[in-house]
Amino acid sequence: MDRVEPNRIQPEGSQIPRNAEDESPVLPVPPLEPTRSGEELLSITQEEERISIASNWTLVWWRFRKNKLSMASTVILLFLALVVLFPEFFATFDPEQTDARLAFIPIQSIHWLDEGRLRPWVPGVAGKRDPVTLKMLWVTDESQKIYLRFFAPGFSYKLLGLIETDRHLVGAVDPEQAELVYLLGTDRLGRDQWSRLTFATRISMTIGMISVILSVVLGLVLGGISGYFGGWADMIIQRLIELLQSLPTIPIWLALTAALPRTWSPEKVFFAITIILALRGWTTLAREVRGRFLSLREEDFVLAAELSGASQARIILKHMIPTFTSHIIATSTLAIPVMIVTETSLSFLGLGMRPPAISWGVMLQEAQNIQTLALAPWLLIPGLIVILAVLVFNLVGDGLRDAADPYSN
Amino acid sequence: MLRYFLQRLLLIPVLLFLFSVMVFALVQAPPGDYLTSYIATLSSSGSSLDDAEIKALEQQFGLDQPVYIQYIRWIQSLLRGKLGLSLEYQRPNIELISERLGLTLVLALSAFVFTWIVAIPLGIYSATHRNTVLDYLTTVLNYIGVATPNFMLALILMWWAYSQFGLSITGLFSREFEQAPWSFAKFIDLLKHIWVPMIVIGIAGTARLTRIMRANLLDELNKPYMISGRARGLSEWQLIMKYPVRLAINPLASTIGWYLPELFSGSLIVATVMNLQNIGPLLLRSLINQDMYLAGSILLIYCFLAIVGTLISDILLAWLDPRIRMEKS
Repeated sequence: MDRVEPNRIQPEGSQIPRNAEDESPVLPVPPLEPTRSGEELLSITQEEERISIASNWTLVWWRFRKNKLSMASTVILLFLALVVLFPEFFATFDPEQTDARLAFIPIQSIHWLDEGRLRPWVPGVAGKRDPVTLKMLWVTDESQKIYLRFFAPGFSYKLLGLIETDRHLVGAVDPEQAELVYLLGTDRLGRDQWSRLTFATRISMTIGMISVILSVVLGLVLGGISGYFGGWADMIIQRLIELLQSLPTIPIWLALTAALPRTWSPEKVFFAITIILALRGWTTLAREVRGRFLSLREEDFVLAAELSGASQARIILKHMIPTFTSHIIATSTLAIPVMIVTETSLSFLGLGMRPPAISWGVMLQEAQNIQTLALAPWLLIPGLIVILAVLVFNLVGDGLRDAADPYSN
Repeated sequence: MLRYFLQRLLLIPVLLFLFSVMVFALVQAPPGDYLTSYIATLSSSGSSLDDAEIKALEQQFGLDQPVYIQYIRWIQSLLRGKLGLSLEYQRPNIELISERLGLTLVLALSAFVFTWIVAIPLGIYSATHRNTVLDYLTTVLNYIGVATPNFMLALILMWWAYSQFGLSITGLFSREFEQAPWSFAKFIDLLKHIWVPMIVIGIAGTARLTRIMRANLLDELNKPYMISGRARGLSEWQLIMKYPVRLAINPLASTIGWYLPELFSGSLIVATVMNLQNIGPLLLRSLINQDMYLAGSILLIYCFLAIVGTLISDILLAWLDPRIRMEKS
């Protein structure tokens, strides 16, 4: 009876979820001795109490919040997510609109102030043909000011495929001048780079995410089977993982994508590529999941659940997986940039997504030629966006991993 | 140790066999074959082949046989050390590949050496001078280095050199040496050109390795043996180089397993961008043109290099770390 007593006089806060207690030696609640008096317990500071009643996810969030770099990256990531959802809203042009006479227009830099007042404008451009080389030369004409505004009307589209609208994030104040705003210049075919970039962001980011989701599902299922059941299933899955991991990735990916029929529609190619990327992506995760299952199988709380008559599915889903969900999220966040870079590289070589689909890699195809690059260096901008996206994914992933680790300070 | 080594060696043929099936299935997978695209090109240029000629060509390359017979034939010739004939170049594949294999290896290995020479001192410096300006700078550069796809870096460097200095940094040789036989002068010319692609290919790995080295060393620097070493009057330099650095380098050996293969195949895209004469562009071309025996041979060579890379790292690790050696025996 004496041994049960302290449990009853524990502050309510210590009724924390099981897994948080398992994972977090940082919890400052001292092991309660039967001899402890009530007054001593009351001396636990409020701060400690706040920590002790926090759920595992709250603790992860508190740790993540402290990392400024990861927080900043999260903001950028959320912005990119908005672009993924509403590329038409951010675009200023129809991305397919071509006009060879408007090729290689340079970046129009946005001027925020106009005669001391906040009134953003871009200078107009005028093309002159070089009489000798017949090359088009674009000169910015600072005297022609095209004023910009937010939520400007432009081409009409359906927001999320549902709501018909013609509003765009930025655009010319005067609808007559709408066709003169090229925020990031144009490419060889006179297509507006800024608008193409928004649509490319949608495709490239979703390829990365979908293939990671596929990898996570495969990795959880196969890694779970491998770790929880062991035996011959474990043996086969482990050999398969070793086999897949010893494949030279890029050449095999090239061969796989080269094998996709040229006649396939962009949607089909899109899904084929996500599957190809996931085909190897799951192996790392499966190994990690297997390791976790192997060690969790021996834990007391699993035994306790078994003894209480929980079914296997319940033990796995309710007791085991929640203990490492945060790790899975961190690992998969770190896997997304790998997928993005691979897709970009494949498309860049002409073997991944193909025009008319627009992805970062497809856009970079325009930048393959050094002469073109010298003439129009802004064609490299999609590449800079790739670097930015990979960077923020890595920073967020690192932050999550550290936050999910209960042993970090 | 010896037994472990032999076990691993015996596994190589098994793996290669599995890979050969996989690779053949892959190069066979695209609809049509080289001949159909060849005939299409011919007819688009106005000329055509008559049926007898097509039959003869099909027979010559065994394209009229069922797939498994084609595979067996391919394997048979592989075992005899022949890699078959390139459909496109009408030359033995082995010639085409061996011309370029050397450069592939030289490029990957030099990038590898570059990585280790830069990453380890940088990692040591970063860890021992924690939270200094240079440490922060290294960390930032590391993040960017990891995030930049290597072909992107190649493009940026090419553009920068071209627009600033009018220099073209593509290729591995000057024009006069491109077709020339090997000589000392050609070798010097190679050295003049190889460093840009070497850095481009090696930079991402360098960034990652620096981070690992820094983290490993930081773990060691707080251990009690450091204090005892200092108490015995070891100089800081001696102390760090003799104990924690050695311990921190050990885990790096395991990175060779994925890093070497990555260098071999990672150079593929850079090689296409920078016009380097290694087997990367050859593979790309053969895949696009469905030159299947050539593509198959190159893919298999990549597989072989990947297996060897992993093997080297495992053996090195077992040799360096007694704990792993004990476990295996």
